[in-house]
Amino acid sequence: MINDTYYRRRYVIAGIAIAIVAIYIIRLFALQIVDQSRRAKADNNALVRQPVYASRGLIYDRNDSLLVFNQPIYEVLIIIREMGTNFNVPAFCQALQIDTTYYNTRMAWIRDRNKNRGYSKYTHQLFMGQLKKEDVSLLEERLYQFPGVSIRKRTLRDYNYTAAAHILGSVGEVNQRDLDRDPYYQQGDYSGRDGIERQYEIDLRGVNGGEVLMRDNRGRIRGSYHNGELDRSAVAGKNLQLGIDIDIQELAEQLIGDNIGSAVAIEPATGEVLALVSMPGWDPRELVGKARSKNYNALLNDPRKPLLNRATQATYSPGSTFKTLQTLVCLDQDGIKPSTLYPCNGPESTPIKCTHHHGSPVDLGMALEQSCNPYYWCAFRDLLQRDGYGNQNNTFRHNYARWREGIMKFGLGSQFEDSDIPNQRSGSIPSVKFYDRCYGKTGWKAITIRSLSIGQGEVLVTPLQLANQAACLANDGYYITPHLLHNDSTYKTNSHRHETGIDTAYFHIVKDGMARVMTNGTGRWHNIAKWHICGKTGTVQNPHGKDHAIFIGFAPKENPKIAVAIAVENVGFGATWACPIAVKMIDMYLTKHYPELASEPIIDEQTK
Amino acid sequence: MNRRNSIWSGLDWVTIFLFLALALFGWMNIYGAGYSFEQTSIFSFSNRAGKQFVWLMTALVLGFAILLIDEKTYDVLGYWLYGATILLLLITPVLAHDIKGSLSWITFGPISLQPAEFAKCFTAIAIAKYMGRYGYQVRSWRDLVVPCAMVLLPMFIIMVLQRETGSALVFLAFLLPLYRQGMTGKLMAAGVIAIVVGVVVLKVGLIPDSLLDKVLQPHQKTRIEVLLGMKEDPTGAGYNVNQSLIAIGSGGFFGKGYLKGTQTKLKFVPEQDTDFIFCTVGEEWGFFGSLVVLLLYLAFILRLIMIAERQRDVFSQVYAYSVASIFLVHLAINVGMVLGLLPVIGIPLPMFSYGGSSLWGFTLLLFILLRLDASRVNKLH
Repeated sequence: MINDTYYRRRYVIAGIAIAIVAIYIIRLFALQIVDQSRRAKADNNALVRQPVYASRGLIYDRNDSLLVFNQPIYEVLIIIREMGTNFNVPAFCQALQIDTTYYNTRMAWIRDRNKNRGYSKYTHQLFMGQLKKEDVSLLEERLYQFPGVSIRKRTLRDYNYTAAAHILGSVGEVNQRDLDRDPYYQQGDYSGRDGIERQYEIDLRGVNGGEVLMRDNRGRIRGSYHNGELDRSAVAGKNLQLGIDIDIQELAEQLIGDNIGSAVAIEPATGEVLALVSMPGWDPRELVGKARSKNYNALLNDPRKPLLNRATQATYSPGSTFKTLQTLVCLDQDGIKPSTLYPCNGPESTPIKCTHHHGSPVDLGMALEQSCNPYYWCAFRDLLQRDGYGNQNNTFRHNYARWREGIMKFGLGSQFEDSDIPNQRSGSIPSVKFYDRCYGKTGWKAITIRSLSIGQGEVLVTPLQLANQAACLANDGYYITPHLLHNDSTYKTNSHRHETGIDTAYFHIVKDGMARVMTNGTGRWHNIAKWHICGKTGTVQNPHGKDHAIFIGFAPKENPKIAVAIAVENVGFGATWACPIAVKMIDMYLTKHYPELASEPIIDEQTK
Repeated sequence: MNRRNSIWSGLDWVTIFLFLALALFGWMNIYGAGYSFEQTSIFSFSNRAGKQFVWLMTALVLGFAILLIDEKTYDVLGYWLYGATILLLLITPVLAHDIKGSLSWITFGPISLQPAEFAKCFTAIAIAKYMGRYGYQVRSWRDLVVPCAMVLLPMFIIMVLQRETGSALVFLAFLLPLYRQGMTGKLMAAGVIAIVVGVVVLKVGLIPDSLLDKVLQPHQKTRIEVLLGMKEDPTGAGYNVNQSLIAIGSGGFFGKGYLKGTQTKLKFVPEQDTDFIFCTVGEEWGFFGSLVVLLLYLAFILRLIMIAERQRDVFSQVYAYSVASIFLVHLAINVGMVLGLLPVIGIPLPMFSYGGSSLWGFTLLLFILLRLDASRVNKLH
């Protein structure tokens, strides 16, 4: 019935089936096992990595007052592929209140792979950032009209106080330098600029997380990949507590007011900066958000240079406040003894006249109290030239070098390298080499540099250094590196404690003198006796106008809690302009520490 | 009674097992291909897996019904069924709605049927009847004129009137039973080439005005090149294949896991539950799963060849070989397309692809064979 002539053909037919399946298996092997590249292509198709921004750390003052926090802001993001060719540009511009020129330049920038390295037409690109709620509300309403456009919420800095702008610094969008320097940053991230924001950027910024989302063939997000297994949650930035007391910071800013000047307060026992004021300043809120670059440029071009942090960057001659150090170094280096007397001829004194009225001869205590210039000239001269005149030039230069070293032990003439205070200037205590260059090796003697004896001339210090000097006096001979962070254990180690090596007995002499400045001397007009303030005023001549007013002080004398330095430019006497600011700061600060003394009368019985 | 029992005992359960295994695994993958994040149950009628379950159940009822029909029916009614099929194919383009340029679907209320899926079966019966008549033997090419005409007629209608290139190309399968019955190898090879060339010419020819223009336009050239797989065009015609290869390639050895394929879930692969269903297998079950599926198909086809060889009459043998070849051609064209080895020709993967017509068509094809095979024993007496 069946013709079986061709029965062998069953093998041919089965063979064809086997061959086809075999070819396909080989093909599958090549696709799935040999070539691994398609896994990445599939992931590229389907997965979108989106950053989850860490919230930036908050900043508190020493009394837990919140200084810096975060406010929500909005960003407009676009996915160019989804915008399509019918995208209504004029309506979009209108919704964002921008013009089409801005739109075009922005789009050109986004598409430029040289500038915008993360460019892809399939992923979110930042079109506009740092917008307030009201800036995007119109767009948000009409978002359905604009395919490919979305609004993302982020946070921006906000401030509870208008004070302390210089210390806090600001936050801005990362620039190319940040991106090159630190691979952590992605285009569109924020980073700290200046101040604490920059100094503690790594602590404050936290760690941004990432979400891996899936998108479909039309670019719509369809949820998280593998139930979020690959997502990294953001780690919030660390909160910081500063040693600043925002109340005295604000007070000092108000007191300096429209003048140009600075005030620095330090807690002597810890080196923590209680206030670091530079005026004029700005409201930190001005450098936030969209208005940032405009306001920054205005500040940059302001002739009063508000961006300059005068507390750490302006240098002044210390004037008579320098006499406190002169006393200590001259005593320590045997230029004078506590009992040494010098004559004073008042305004007739040479080579430096005395501007105060007191008897003659003058002892050390009286010299300090009355800020007697001739006494300090004589002491300085005798220290430098104690080996006699004539050809002892080398010993003179050696004595000067030793004196300089003694002065610099108080933190003058160099920056506090181990401090977290940014943008310091080192000031200057001139070196032997400096004078050699000016006058030749044999061309200068004590008389040449006589101004130094009373803190004028080539000595230059910053207000921060002055405050530190006051803290060092308060501590009877040492200082802790001044710093901004509160209760930071690194500053409690010995490496941050700097000794002057001068006998504490000498410090008691200086402290007595400074106390008398406040009760009997130049500070007496503004003293608050109950706080036992020690102070020294300075009035610094300068060639560009009225004198600068300088003051250093600390209180209470027995157990100093606060050391202060004030420098106000071109206002006149230290006693009238700088001293009252310092006293009010001290008063406010100590009232917090000794509330039971707050109600005591301001004038002490003894002072009369 | 006795005879009825012999049908159940003579039934080839291995084939039924392979059929069910493939259909169930296909059903799972249809659920996978249509699965999205708003997931619904595999039995929900709102998704295709739920509907496919209904198709599968009705197909089993259909298969059971066919087993109850006397095997002589097909021999007796062979030409009538063939004639009715040709008529139905001719009417279809008139009644059909245009679905993506194809005029092959007839809609009855909620159900759409594709008559081309059933035409294969009745063409097979007609050829079997012709070749099975007493004294027929393939002695020269003249003896093949009638069977070839029987194949070419529905093929031409489907190709030209219904514009379904894929379904037409499946009729290539009938070359194998003709070959088994004595058609020369040379003639078979010539037939394959003639049909492939014919299809390409007709497909390109269907582009209006190209027959008039003797020189092809550049865009037409591109279409042919992409069609023949000579050129990669990821955003255009080659997009499907490219995404298909990415889906399969990204599966690796063990795949991404059931319901975890991103290429298919997120709709990067088009037609992923019908023509490109094998992508889901490749992506989610990897090389291992694909290998298992291909080997199941191979076992199924070899089993059908074995069944064909044990038939005692030419009618059954020709029909059995037709069935085996139709499954083989579907498998070869579909998987070849998905693997980027063949041009994109939309035909379903038997038992796997979503669709009632194709599942019913394959059920019809297979269960008639099973009925013929089950009653072969009776022919001895």
